[in-house]
Amino acid sequence: MKQLTAMLSAPKTAAPPAVFARQRPRYAEKLIEASLLAAALLTILTTLGIVYALFRETISFLGEVPLTDFLFGTEWHPLFNPPAYGVLPLVTGTLAVTGIALIVAVPLGVGSAIYLSEYASKRTRKTIKPILETLAGVPTVVFGFFALTLVTPFLRDIGINVDVFNGLSGGLVVGILVVPTIASIAEDALSAVPSGLREASYGLGATKYQTSTKVIVPAALSGIVAGVVLGASRAVGETMVVLLAAGQRPNLTFDMREPVETMTAFIAATGKGDIPTGSIDYKTIFAVGALLFVMTFVLNMLSNFIVGRFREEYE
Amino acid sequence: MAWKVKEEPAPGGAAPDVTPQGEHAPTGAQNIFELQAVSVRYSGNLAVKEVGFGVPTNRITALIGASGCGKSTLLRCLNRMNDLIPGARVEGTITYKGQDLYSPRVDPVQVRKRIGMVFQKPNPFPKSIFDNVAFGPRVLGMKEDINLLVENALRRASLWDEVKDRLKDSALGMSGGQQQRLCIARAIATEPDVILMDEPCSALDPISTARIEDLMNELKDRYTIVIVTHNMQQAARVSDKTAYFSVEVGDNDRRYGRLIEYDDTERIFTNPSDQRTEDYVTGKVG
Repeated sequence: MKQLTAMLSAPKTAAPPAVFARQRPRYAEKLIEASLLAAALLTILTTLGIVYALFRETISFLGEVPLTDFLFGTEWHPLFNPPAYGVLPLVTGTLAVTGIALIVAVPLGVGSAIYLSEYASKRTRKTIKPILETLAGVPTVVFGFFALTLVTPFLRDIGINVDVFNGLSGGLVVGILVVPTIASIAEDALSAVPSGLREASYGLGATKYQTSTKVIVPAALSGIVAGVVLGASRAVGETMVVLLAAGQRPNLTFDMREPVETMTAFIAATGKGDIPTGSIDYKTIFAVGALLFVMTFVLNMLSNFIVGRFREEYE
Repeated sequence: MAWKVKEEPAPGGAAPDVTPQGEHAPTGAQNIFELQAVSVRYSGNLAVKEVGFGVPTNRITALIGASGCGKSTLLRCLNRMNDLIPGARVEGTITYKGQDLYSPRVDPVQVRKRIGMVFQKPNPFPKSIFDNVAFGPRVLGMKEDINLLVENALRRASLWDEVKDRLKDSALGMSGGQQQRLCIARAIATEPDVILMDEPCSALDPISTARIEDLMNELKDRYTIVIVTHNMQQAARVSDKTAYFSVEVGDNDRRYGRLIEYDDTERIFTNPSDQRTEDYVTGKVG
């Protein structure tokens, strides 16, 4: 009452009371904001640090071996005398294994995604999707022994004359390894297509198959392609399976019955050896690593381009 | 484009099919749909209880009532769209030209070829305008010239003049009202007998709404239209017959819809025989 009287009697020119004035500074909020920013920055800085280390050694490597010899040479035996630093056999080994992996993984992955999203009942989906994703959690070394001890003998049993270590069984198993990545991302993309589009298609007398292939898959294509490219990235970067099953012979061939060495397998096999730091052998690891980095980087750029180019937006 | 159950004799002698395939019945001569004691349940929960009425050929029939009265559910029974919802069950009989729509011999895909649908929210495919309209004819493998089919459908949906120069553009670049007329064009491109419309104007402004209503009046010469609408003025303006549904509260506070009154639209809005209908159409409730 007293206040009211005061307010009423106050001169009209006085500033209005600041009812929305901040009560006290919010330190906790500032702290949270700062730590979140720090977390983000740390990730970026770590990545930059890795890239720096990678390219520093690579540049030093290229001081001793000309870039054209490295990129276009067809012989790779850096530890022999005289050494040869042509990376092409490793690149073809990597590409061939990735190619075989994708031939396995794209139909299986996209097919199971379409089944789960469009055909499976809710209960089936709830059972199968976690099982599929568990496949992604199996340690890759297990897949490697699976390739070596089961897939290779099986290939021989069905009459494919493969060596003990060969690119084919490695590629096939890398493909199985990549299926969950592609299936999971593609399924998310398919499920995200608005149900209105399904209804529209069914309402026009389309069958389930027509609806899936002519409406839902095109609408989700960008997500499916993103999944495939991510799967390809995984296949390119996959190490244990090829290290164990594909052999370690740098081999400029696309005959996958023979042993091949991939870039990752070379890095792993050489890196675990007793190579003196700073030697040319040491630097080859970084050079191959940098090339691998560039390849996956280009792959990701390509996926962004495809996604942007072929997107069928539905909102 | 075979109507699979064509040869099946009319069950119970209800509304025998005297119409040759591909032609429409004489105006007002008979009912294209007959519903008898139709109930719909979702996972056992009653949504619509024991509805019966007939939908006349080449007329516009409006289903009105408050939210939750089951009018959309009932509409979706007419082209078996409810089949797509797990746990949905339809009881009673619905006949289309005398044939039981829910006979085990009926293929729902064949049903939807003859009974098209337009939805509440415009849902064009993320494709070009042309491909949207061409989708149905292509899927059904229609043999006629596709360009001609698309042009005719767009003309009948009075959209042709607006889009003829940009048929290759994405349908998603159109306005909401244009998109809905595109969806109508898409539905009529397959030359169905019936078009079901589920609140087709609820997402549109009044001018677009007026255009769609004009369109419905032009279309009813060739098609039977059943429309669900929240807008009573719309029902009064466009429809010939009106069915009023109300929401009933059953056991456990579960809500379901019931048909209260079905009659000529003029009578429903000027001289309804049920007090509840009068209260609804005069705006006393709802």
